[in-house]
Amino acid sequence: MDRSGEKNLNPYDTHAIEAAMQIKEGGVAVDEIVAVTMGPESAVRALHKAVSLGADRSVHLTDPAVAGSDVAATGYALAQTLKRENPDLVLLGQQSDDGECYTIGAVVAEHLGAPSLTQVIKLDVEGETLVCERQAEYGYDTVEVGLPAVISVGDAINEPRYPSLKAIMGAKKKPLDTVATGDVDIDTSKVGADNSAAQWTAAKAPPQKAAGTIIEDEDTAETVEKIVAWLDERKLI
Amino acid sequence: MANILVYALHYEGAVNKNSLGAVSEAAKLAGELGGEAHAILIGDGAADVAGSLGAYGAKKVFVADAPAGLAGPAIDAMAGVLNGGDYKYVLFGGGLLGFEIGAGLAARLGAGVAMEVTAVTVQGGELVAERPILGDSSISEIKFRSDIGIIIGRLNAFEIKQSGGDAAVENVSVELSAQAGKATLRTRGEQRGADVDIEGADVLVAGGRGLGKAEGFDLCDQLAAAFGGNSAVAATRAVVDAGWYPYAAQIGQTGKTVAPKLYLAAGISGAIQHKVGMQSSENIVAINKDANAPIFEFSDLGIVGDLNKILPKLTEAIKAKKG
Repeated sequence: MDRSGEKNLNPYDTHAIEAAMQIKEGGVAVDEIVAVTMGPESAVRALHKAVSLGADRSVHLTDPAVAGSDVAATGYALAQTLKRENPDLVLLGQQSDDGECYTIGAVVAEHLGAPSLTQVIKLDVEGETLVCERQAEYGYDTVEVGLPAVISVGDAINEPRYPSLKAIMGAKKKPLDTVATGDVDIDTSKVGADNSAAQWTAAKAPPQKAAGTIIEDEDTAETVEKIVAWLDERKLI
Repeated sequence: MANILVYALHYEGAVNKNSLGAVSEAAKLAGELGGEAHAILIGDGAADVAGSLGAYGAKKVFVADAPAGLAGPAIDAMAGVLNGGDYKYVLFGGGLLGFEIGAGLAARLGAGVAMEVTAVTVQGGELVAERPILGDSSISEIKFRSDIGIIIGRLNAFEIKQSGGDAAVENVSVELSAQAGKATLRTRGEQRGADVDIEGADVLVAGGRGLGKAEGFDLCDQLAAAFGGNSAVAATRAVVDAGWYPYAAQIGQTGKTVAPKLYLAAGISGAIQHKVGMQSSENIVAINKDANAPIFEFSDLGIVGDLNKILPKLTEAIKAKKG
């Protein structure tokens, strides 16, 4: 079970799909792998990629009512969509392209009443328990998590495979279920830009840092000479 | 009253520096709002460090009897305190657990959450969070429509300040939710790889995924050796997680924060999680074959090229220069 909220499949999410595939190929009985995303019509491209990488089918939540949702509202909407699927395991990438890092999984988990862990780099299924490794503030932790669970995987967990041409061609034939808020019991008073509790207001430019010098390496001996001169000027050697 | 509750992470008898920054910041902001800053510590050993938070401006510190090191019990403990008190905001210093707890708490309380926050200001009696977006090219301001606003700081965003004072310590019991009981720590804080010291170095040569393989670090080791003196080799999370280099040498979000005289980044793209751990370095030099790598946005000298060609020659040139 996967989600990716991008127009194209976010590179982080490919690790989540690969993790799902490896669980299935590793001998654990997996009924199906379902890719789930929320986003505009164009987000269907991410689902095509997800099924070409091995997901069995996909679900696309698309509705003007959810546009502009903050992370809390997005997580709620995704959780409602996931509830209908009743997953044993929800896998996510560690962050979205727009930098909502480490948070969406925790929101989804809370709405599903499931335990959750982020930045997981090793995942083993032992019966109804997941054994997860992840790096936290003080080193590596090993955590036992009971299913159903929501796990965000880090990019070190695996090397995602490339889809075969046959898989890419066959992707559009796999079932795609397009749903709106009404289909998955989303309370529309809790989603969308106007109903999000975190309200994005003004944007301003950050303090300008003087642009650095850039050297294109064409003649390496000359490049190195320039670097040494630069370092020497600043008494760094 | 608009009190602020701060999550304070502690481990092995010390409160996390980012949490001390968050307590200091909350004390300042609460003063402007006419309220108080309170903190909550969770798990074994919390009682031993609770009183020390008074010095950073906490007026009250809750000690919660619940398992430490995972988000679930902390969400339960904090929701209990927030529901039984008069709070308008919750503040977290930078760190992985804070992201997980803050987001889960937002879902539980129906609260708004802002993350990766670099500054918080008071406007019209309310807190406004500043969050850099789009690769830090723009800073957005976030306000809260909910009764409680949750603010999760970026690593090192909040300055540690001792304002002096005493905190009243209060023990709270926690009713664990079903999901909190479903995650347990088997081991915590395992150090992988050799114990290296990078924090005192004047020159750091840092390697990332662009080194291609674990052996790529040989190039960094040789360059650091050429600089001699007080130099060391550091690494990004990605390569530490891949087992190429020791965890003790890791820079960034769940690693160390450094500010050497020279930080030379080899094969590092410059993700935010890395940037927050080294952006205060006096001089930043980056070598990367991708001209669009974000690291060039904040380096003083950027070299677009193949590190496999450049590093060995640079090592020789530095050796020659030093004679």
